[in-house]
Amino acid sequence: MTTLTPVLSRDWDADRSWTMPVYLGNGGYLGLRKALTMKPEEVLTAVKDSALRGRGGAGFPTGVKWSFLPTPDGGPRYLVVNADESEPGTCKDIPLMMASPQHLIEGIVITSYAIGCHHAFIYLRGEVVHVYRRLLEAAAEARKSGYLGSNILGSGFDLELTVHAGAGAYICGEETALLDSLEGRRGQPRLKPPFPAVAGLYARPTVVNNVESVASVPSIVRGGADWFKEMGTERSTGYGLFSLSGHVTRPGQYEAPLGITLRELLDMAGGIREGHQLKFWTPGGSSTPILTAEHLDVPLDYESVAQAGSMLGTRALQIFDETVSVVRVAARWLEFYKHESCGKCVPCREGTYWLVQVLKRLEAGQGQPGDIELLDELCGNIFGKAFCALGDGAVSPVVSGIKYFREEFEAGLHTPADEMFPPERSALFAYTPRPRSGADLAGAH
Amino acid sequence: MTIATPPSAGAPLVPSAPEPAPVVPAATVDLTIDGMPITVPKGTLVVRAAEQLGIAIPRFCDHPLLAPVAACRQCLVEVWAPGRDGNLAKMPKPQPSCAIECAPGMQVRTQRTSQEADDAQQGVMELLLINHPLDCPICDKGGECPLQNQAMSNGRTTSRFVDTKRKFPKPVNVSTQILLDRERCVLCQRCTRFSREIAGDAFIDLQMRGARQQVGAFDTQVLDFDGDAPVGKAAADASGRPFASYFSGNAVQICPVGALTSAAYRFRSRPFDLVSTPSVAEHDAMGSAIRVDHRRGTVLRRLAGDDPQVNQEWVTDKDRFAYRWQTADDRITTPMVRRDGELVPVSWVEALQTAAEGLRAAMKAGSVGVLPGGRLTLEDAYAYAKFARVVLGTNDIDHRSRPASEEETAFLGHHVAGRTLEVTFADLVAAPHVALVGLEPEEEGGVLYLRLREKVLAGDLSVTTVAAMASPGAQRLEATLVPAAPGTEAEVLDGVVAGSRGSELAGLAERLSAPGAVILVGERLSAVPGGLSAALRLAQRTGARLAWVPRRAGERGAVEAGTLPTLLPGGRPVADAAARAEVAAAWGVERLPGAAGLPTEQILANAWGGAIGALVVGGVEVGDLPDPKRARTALDAVGFLVSLEVRRSEVTDRAHVVLPVAPPMEKPGTFVTWEGRPRPFPQVLTTTQIADHRVLDRLATTMGSQLGLGTLTAVHDELGRLGGWSGARSAAPAVPASAPVDVPARHAVLATWHLLLDAGRGQDGEPFLAGTVRRTSARVSAATASDLGLTDGGAATVRTARGSLTVPVQVVDMADHVIWLPTNASDCRVRESLAAVPGDVVEVTPEAQEVQA
Repeated sequence: MTTLTPVLSRDWDADRSWTMPVYLGNGGYLGLRKALTMKPEEVLTAVKDSALRGRGGAGFPTGVKWSFLPTPDGGPRYLVVNADESEPGTCKDIPLMMASPQHLIEGIVITSYAIGCHHAFIYLRGEVVHVYRRLLEAAAEARKSGYLGSNILGSGFDLELTVHAGAGAYICGEETALLDSLEGRRGQPRLKPPFPAVAGLYARPTVVNNVESVASVPSIVRGGADWFKEMGTERSTGYGLFSLSGHVTRPGQYEAPLGITLRELLDMAGGIREGHQLKFWTPGGSSTPILTAEHLDVPLDYESVAQAGSMLGTRALQIFDETVSVVRVAARWLEFYKHESCGKCVPCREGTYWLVQVLKRLEAGQGQPGDIELLDELCGNIFGKAFCALGDGAVSPVVSGIKYFREEFEAGLHTPADEMFPPERSALFAYTPRPRSGADLAGAH
Repeated sequence: MTIATPPSAGAPLVPSAPEPAPVVPAATVDLTIDGMPITVPKGTLVVRAAEQLGIAIPRFCDHPLLAPVAACRQCLVEVWAPGRDGNLAKMPKPQPSCAIECAPGMQVRTQRTSQEADDAQQGVMELLLINHPLDCPICDKGGECPLQNQAMSNGRTTSRFVDTKRKFPKPVNVSTQILLDRERCVLCQRCTRFSREIAGDAFIDLQMRGARQQVGAFDTQVLDFDGDAPVGKAAADASGRPFASYFSGNAVQICPVGALTSAAYRFRSRPFDLVSTPSVAEHDAMGSAIRVDHRRGTVLRRLAGDDPQVNQEWVTDKDRFAYRWQTADDRITTPMVRRDGELVPVSWVEALQTAAEGLRAAMKAGSVGVLPGGRLTLEDAYAYAKFARVVLGTNDIDHRSRPASEEETAFLGHHVAGRTLEVTFADLVAAPHVALVGLEPEEEGGVLYLRLREKVLAGDLSVTTVAAMASPGAQRLEATLVPAAPGTEAEVLDGVVAGSRGSELAGLAERLSAPGAVILVGERLSAVPGGLSAALRLAQRTGARLAWVPRRAGERGAVEAGTLPTLLPGGRPVADAAARAEVAAAWGVERLPGAAGLPTEQILANAWGGAIGALVVGGVEVGDLPDPKRARTALDAVGFLVSLEVRRSEVTDRAHVVLPVAPPMEKPGTFVTWEGRPRPFPQVLTTTQIADHRVLDRLATTMGSQLGLGTLTAVHDELGRLGGWSGARSAAPAVPASAPVDVPARHAVLATWHLLLDAGRGQDGEPFLAGTVRRTSARVSAATASDLGLTDGGAATVRTARGSLTVPVQVVDMADHVIWLPTNASDCRVRESLAAVPGDVVEVTPEAQEVQA
């Protein structure tokens, strides 16, 4: 039986957990103090040895990413933290930054020290204004305590931190689009090569890391690579935040070693809501193909989930019980991808536009013969053809939905999804349609 | 005395540019495409390598002169490449061939050999078409549309899309000339990339995202405009929009669908009804290659031609859209003779007789002056040069209908004439530094600006401009401004000495000393005493090469043809007896007049005074002359006036005999570019009109002389026989820089130059183009404005003894005590109203103030 390993979430239950005294009281910034006694290369080696893999979804080894930076030429190098958490279902970075922002800031200082960066950026999703305020406050606190600014803790190392709020575009979570947006341009992905490690922000060598990846660095420095590797599996080391949402009794963040199974997590979360059974779930947000009850015992590490035909992604476990229509869920997600497609390439821009229309008519029970084959082919025409990974992610719900629940899509040729799966059965609260007056619509999304 | 005619095997008068040497790549790469081996230079894109093998990979966003974006995904191919272990491995996803560089050992499989590539292309094409209106039958692009063609060759025969298409109101007027149909747009970004990468003006860019993504006109609320933002009201164009580009027509041409259209051509014709003729643009001295499309004798559009050595694939909007002047209502179609004060149509025979008699009478009484104008072909200019010397026996010939000087005449004879292709576009793009003096590349030769900007953006070239202000064009060239009030350029150039106190000038001297550096001087420098002399001195001092960039298409050819008072063809000095003898022998005459002739202003003065009894005038616009009113008096006063013109003009209104001549589209000929590169062009339209050289040939015959220039071949044969001049060149001008003028209170020094689009008659008949003209403003610095009591957005009255102009004021960053005006805007005709040239001191008062006595 796997147990929880709270590291990042250790202080979350403390009173005013986000403040500096709470963080320091639990060993905060000891990692930085230790790192500053090491050579930057030693810090890099420690992270490399820990085999920490990027927590933003792709799982690329963080230390290796850092080592791609060319040798210093005297010019600036940048660390950019990707805090543009916008994937449907993904909700780990924002709670982390809300509850314990100093974890991130300490990670930023150590990472900057390791890669020789003197100006780091946090690119935050624009909608989360409360997190923006908290980060600004935390950065000011860290500066006051001497963890940011010039000559940090007397080491001679300088670091400026800029917290930047985006304007609310999913595509800006793609690292090169993020860089364009940070530079003040239209957020659209860049042609690679050159990769950010060579020419990133302002055409300078840049490391772009996810919030959780960077926040994990202090614990690695403090506890050592071996301590980190004790957790998780051989190739997916360490701990991670597992975000359970949907039809579970106790949804929330569960920080556990990689390789834990959904069955174990569900046990901790009190199981599926009473009187219902698991129907399908996403292992890592809406871009990862859905899995079903037969995958309850798949270890949640990068390799095993890939073997099961999906991706570990951001460990955003969205749980759906038997009351939910797969067609409706796929249609909602595709509406999101259509809305968020940046428009740069044809397959994603036009493909999502078309997919939504086909899915909507299937959901309405007005599908036409051949629609399912059309969906399959369209997804094939988008997958692997789009400019960035967003296009690939967009077709996952459709492809995997058809794979496991083809009969529901076929039913879309004659029966509306609302009849087969009345929405009020899925809802946790009674469905009470409100009068659609102008005043109500004003605040509606 | 007999001098043997030079052998015709020698270099012709204006030799053609040699073919550029093939570039030997530093490294090559071997790969196979569809199993066919090919070797290409390192860095070649797969799509280009495939082109070399004759494999057409469909594409939309790809353009050879724009950086790859891989946005349209139409060119996906299967790629196998050797991995780190050396084993050939297939790349997991199909790759965009427009963005992938060829690598050693790579194996590319296109749609011809790979099912995966073919499927990918068909899939993308189907998606491209779902939101396309498929209104080909009413679309201008239908018949020459890459989307239509490639949908046929690489698409499905039927669409599975039965859903709702994206709708947009249409069209959007991007400018008065450019219209955007957002429904047809496939968002390949060619136009926006052109705008950013080539033209550099904030014209259009992408807006919104996803399926709502669209190309939009300039909007300060939209991100991503790197170019100069409009400053104040005056930056707006004449149609009231905040911005317009001089190069917007290129975006229409490279649009792979019918999304961007020009108002001038929209709904006018189908491409398959058009007859295309390659030609050369007549609006500037760049010699841009164009393509003229006509249908049943009417020109419907002009497109940029493809000439990598000159204009690449771009032309200015003026070269593209301004062609209706050639078919304007005021075209002269028959010879005319003035009887009882009225011009009446007569036969050619009668007109030529009347002209011959008038000219003969004037020759007997005194002499005849010749003003051919600066817009002629080489052949026509040569005929004028020969006609003046052989038939009229005079050197009083000058093609310059603009401010000019004796110094310039000497400069042209010494440095320009007969020295063709010494500085070319190729030299400019290879230069580390280019200094501009009295020259605005964007306004006075759009293609020059584009060629320089390309290298500036690449980081290979830096530019300095010696001017009163960094104009928007100079700013987009990232030019370093060396501030110089008009008239002080000579002094400034003389100050460019290595190690001199002014670090700015010393730095310029250093940059000009770098091998390959070039100084470009414009025609405006001729009005600055000592300016051209100082430029020569600077070139000598630093080793930089010096080139003269005139504005008009015919100026360089006219210099070569010898239509200057001191120059015979090929740069032969009139003063040189051997030169005269050589030309006389070639022309088969006893001797040529040896006395130096008079320049334009003097010819007009003598015509007024009576010393010159008759004038033969070509394409001269009176308003272009430094003092139009005085010129009119001279033309009114002259005893006999023969005009060779295309359209009714102020000259024909005063002429005794009017002989119609063909405009460029109705004759074959050769323009000579600023480089000295001959740009021959064929006749586009069938016509009854004939070129100037044929008219002059007939006139000479009527007067009893044989010019032997009745056909183009005859002219070319003679130019070939005559060849270049190997004797001594005329002396360099050595005019010292003049002392700076005093600027009294309520006065300023006038700076002025022609804008690309203005009130020129070459742009007549094109209202859509006229809507993109820059709005007129007088520009002054903040200090000057406060001295003169002017306010930004207010109005100023500029006054000389001749007259006054009232224009809105724009305060910009520029030299103090200077006021800038556009030379020939429709509401600001500097020469007409002020009779002033750059460097003149003009009185400036706020508009509300009372007029001073």
